[in-house]
Order: sequence, then C-alpha cells, then structure tokens
Amino acid sequence: MTTTQMLITVFAAGAATVLTRAIAFIAFPPGRETPRCISYLGHALPGAVFGLLVVYCLKDVDPLAGSHGIPEAAGILLAGGLYLWRHSMLLSIFASTALYMVLVNFVF
Amino acid sequence: MTETDPQTDLAARRNRARTALAAAFPHTIPILAGFVFLGITCGIYAGSLGLPWWMPTLMSIVIFAGSAEFVVASQLAGAFDPLTTFAVVLIINARHLFYGLSMLERFRGLGRKRPYLIFGMCDETFSINYATEPPAGVDRGWFMLWVTLLNHLYWIVGCTLGGVFGAVVATSIEGVSFAMTALFVVIFLDQWEKDAQHLSACTGVLAAAAALAIFGADNFMIPAMVLILIAVTLLRGRIERAYGTAGASRS
Repeated sequence: MTTTQMLITVFAAGAATVLTRAIAFIAFPPGRETPRCISYLGHALPGAVFGLLVVYCLKDVDPLAGSHGIPEAAGILLAGGLYLWRHSMLLSIFASTALYMVLVNFVF
Repeated sequence: MTETDPQTDLAARRNRARTALAAAFPHTIPILAGFVFLGITCGIYAGSLGLPWWMPTLMSIVIFAGSAEFVVASQLAGAFDPLTTFAVVLIINARHLFYGLSMLERFRGLGRKRPYLIFGMCDETFSINYATEPPAGVDRGWFMLWVTLLNHLYWIVGCTLGGVFGAVVATSIEGVSFAMTALFVVIFLDQWEKDAQHLSACTGVLAAAAALAIFGADNFMIPAMVLILIAVTLLRGRIERAYGTAGASRS
C-alpha cells in the first residue's frame, strides 16, 4: 500500500468510528423511541462480532501444513484459561503471546 | 450569576477547568495503565507488520478505538480496500451506538465540548462518564472532557511508544502478531461471561468459519458480516427469550 492509500484507509476507519459514536445524536434525539430492532442488535451483535474477530485472526492458519495451528491453539488455550482464572486482560495477552513466540521461534 | 467582566470570567473558567481536572484524573488512573500497555502492544503489532513507526500514532489520534485499530493495522499490511475497512470498523464499533443513546441527555447543552466528547467515546471513557457522578461543585462538562482527553492521551502515548519500539525491533521477531488473537479471545470470553445468552456468540464463530471456508482468507469478512446479520435476525425470537425482559434496555 502507498502512504496515500494507508492514509485513506486510516481516515475511512476513523469515519466509521465517528459514525458509530455520533449516529445516536443525529438519528435518535431525546424523546424519540429507538427502533426495537436496533436495540435488539445492540444486545445480540457484540458477542457475534468478537467471535468473528477471533476467526479473522486465525484466517491464515492452515491445520494441514506448517505447524498445523498448534502454536495458535496453545496460545488461545493459555489466553482463555488465564483470563477465566485471573480476569486480567494484560496478563492473558502477554503470557500467551510469549508462549506463542517461544513456540514459533524455538519449537516449530 | 450576573455578567462579569471578561477577565474574571476567564479566571473563573480556568478555575472550573482545573477543579474538574483534579476530580477527573483519579478516575482515569486504572485506564492509564491499561491503555499505555495495550497501546504499546498495538504499536508493536503494527510495527511487526512492517508499518511505518508513525502509523500507530496516527491511528490512535484519528480512530481511537482499540480493537478496531488492531484490525485496521492488519488490513494496512494487505491490499488497499478502504470500503471493507470502513465496513469492518463499523461493525466492530457498532456497540458505540448504544453508548451514544445512553449519553444523549448528558451531552446536551455542552456546546463546543460536545463534538469531542462524542468523538472520544471509546468503551473505557464511556464507562467512566456514564457511571461517575462528578463531585459537587465540579463542572460536569469539563469533568467529562478531561476524562475523554486524558484517556485519549494515554492511548496516543502507548501507541507511539509501541510504534517506535515496534518499527525498530519487532519486525525481526516472529510471533508478536499473536497479541491481536489473544486480545480478541479475551474480549470474546469477557463478552461471553456478561451475556445472558451464548447463541449469538456461537453464531458469530460459526458464520465466520463458514464464510472463511467458502470465500477464503482474503474475501470473507463482508460475507461473514452479512451472514451474521441474517443469522442473528432469524434467531431473534430465541435470543430475545434468553434475554427475557432485559431485551428492552440495559441502562
């Protein structure tokens, strides 16, 4: 990507973010009822979106080749297990990334 | 209060701002640690993809949304496709719409502070501004502005440190990029624990996996989002029953 293309991408992402934060103030001023389907999506979507993002992170993993996705699986198990145990986001991220780096650099 | 002359007016305004800063800062301390470290991670991640050192800084200023910035960084390393980026960020940050709904009344009448308060309404800033009642005598507008600005600054500092470090060191180290996977696994679990139903979380994973299998790694995001919207709409009856009466509103 050229620098200009990168800038366009970043500003597109910024515009999308601003839109999500500002739309309530534009479309649903106080007193007007929020459509039921909108508030439903607000409850139901976040779980699905973060599921999608986990899959997005793993999109280039090939279980049939290379390290067979074993470092990824180990990292995810450690990140998830640690999080359920200690509920510390940073601890989970650092420990599992360290494990993953050790696995891809020294084991596989 | 009656009209005062401009100089006392300015002094009063400055005083109001200073009092609000003193009241707001303690509330942001937990965010300080979290944002600086996560920002460093995000910057290093971007660096490991070979992006320029200033890119994390630019993203932290312009986008100011943690999980979205990781995804945008990964897309900056790929082919130019701003429409997909726009759509992906839209859906990642769709939850912010509901923050806006909760703040409609509170941001009213804040004049020039309002655009920035809306712009900077990330998860953490929203939770503080939504849940915290400023102490008596503290101006609410200034209080919320400081919370927003301080959090934004912590994030910029973290991303910049990570970006500089990442561009120098991380490109040569394999595996740093796993930080993004770990981040989303953790957010996914956090959401799972908070949610009254898990049908939508499972739907997200399954629909994404199906789209990935059909459309391949480079083109599956948009179809996956469409599939998720369709599936979540079709399952509305079951999901809403799981929420019970809470379906109407959380706030």
